[in-house]
Amino acid sequence: MGIRTLVAMLAAALAVIGILATQAGYSLFMPGLLQGAMLTVEIAVLGALLALVMGVLAALVRLYGPAPLRWLATVYVEIFRGTSALVQLFWLFFVLPQFGVSLDAFPVAVMALGLNVGAYGSEVVRGAILSVARGQWEGCTALNMSRAQMLRRVILPQAFVAMIPPWGNLFIELLKSTSLVSLITLSDLAFKAQQMNQNTFKTIPIFTLVLLMYLAMSLVLTIGMRLLERRASAGLARGRAA
Amino acid sequence: MTEQPMVRFENVSKRYGALTVLDGLDLEIARGEKVSVIGPSGSGKTTVLRMLMTLETINDGVIWVEGEPLTHMKRNGKLVPADLAHIRRIRAKIGMVFQSFNLFPHMTAMANCIEAPMTVLGMKRADAQARAAELLDMVGLSQKKDHYPSQLSGGQQQRVAIARALAMRPKIMLFDEVTSALDPELVGEVLQVIRQIGREHDLTMLMVTHQMGFAKEFSDRVCFFYQGKICEQGPPSELFGAPKNERTRQFLHAVLEAG
Repeated sequence: MGIRTLVAMLAAALAVIGILATQAGYSLFMPGLLQGAMLTVEIAVLGALLALVMGVLAALVRLYGPAPLRWLATVYVEIFRGTSALVQLFWLFFVLPQFGVSLDAFPVAVMALGLNVGAYGSEVVRGAILSVARGQWEGCTALNMSRAQMLRRVILPQAFVAMIPPWGNLFIELLKSTSLVSLITLSDLAFKAQQMNQNTFKTIPIFTLVLLMYLAMSLVLTIGMRLLERRASAGLARGRAA
Repeated sequence: MTEQPMVRFENVSKRYGALTVLDGLDLEIARGEKVSVIGPSGSGKTTVLRMLMTLETINDGVIWVEGEPLTHMKRNGKLVPADLAHIRRIRAKIGMVFQSFNLFPHMTAMANCIEAPMTVLGMKRADAQARAAELLDMVGLSQKKDHYPSQLSGGQQQRVAIARALAMRPKIMLFDEVTSALDPELVGEVLQVIRQIGREHDLTMLMVTHQMGFAKEFSDRVCFFYQGKICEQGPPSELFGAPKNERTRQFLHAVLEAG
């Protein structure tokens, strides 16, 4: 699907939200839902940043780190990939305080989701690095580059292109799993919707708006990743000049 | 005192498990000498280049470059396996051009040629660019300096790769079947460039090739490898004109027969 189609979809979603927001049966829900959407965006953006950092770090350590760090990274990846995000959220929020470490709900939400997606992300990064042709490493060696120079200047820029689409998938997963944070007392978009629904029983307007809002957010994400991919692949995907 | 050889393989062996690829290789290459390595596939000829570029480790023996060990370093008068810092210091004298070019696809021709001079040698961008422009001009690609590898023909890519290697000012250049991946009509332009740098640069050159005509005309010495050993070596006129060894005769016959 081209970027144009995505942009058209986004414009349509925003237009429908805009039109509905002016309708009597819908407008009263807008302030509350927007408030929830703000929190959802904050958690998703900060969680994504944490996921990115953890993913790259864990992948590099697992590939090139010294043995004890390598084990640590493997343990991290397997724990956070192998258990559910909900359990991780509960554990950090309800169990950790029993050991004397109490954190606010917001940082816990960012941490749990970021660490969870970061664990998947580390496999994305690792796979992308390993997919760079061996000849690229050999070309670097023949130019007498150091390991760090090879990675930074040659291998990672090429791996980066390969990891953009799977990261896009993970970020969308992350965005949607933010709905779990209502279970640790946060009023995100999904929670606001449910709360309003219980109070008013206006199920159709509320969940129509919520659906469109999630769609708009994930479309923004998808479009952003597409643009990034296009920029990063300069030279890699181009045809031969005439 | 005789001059140090530029490169010396001293009883070097390479094994992959039970398979012996090179068996006690002894080979000296003089400063400025152009040596061609020929032989059937699997004879270990590419491994010789790859070991010298430190792309392969060796199992036995020592490789020397200008009288200094490459694969080893001296500690308390003994030779111990080299650490990376030592390898990089010696390896700086060696450049290599590959069969599959191995250009960096995310960089233009110019960027490929200034990358290592800047990151490894610490050259300033302007200086690196001036040098790269000279070299790209020499290989006939000054018009293509802003093209990405995917926008260049195989022959053009290989010429960029040669310029990129020369930008590091090596003393030794290794060419590993550099025309084997090229369409036949593009082979000539790459060989022409190699001829030219052989004339204009004070380089020691070691090449693995299937281009017998080129090996004959270009090299000072030809080594015929067979089953991990040098089976016969000598000036091209002798090796091609009057091969002494039966294996050499068979190989040359088979190759020349194929055209």
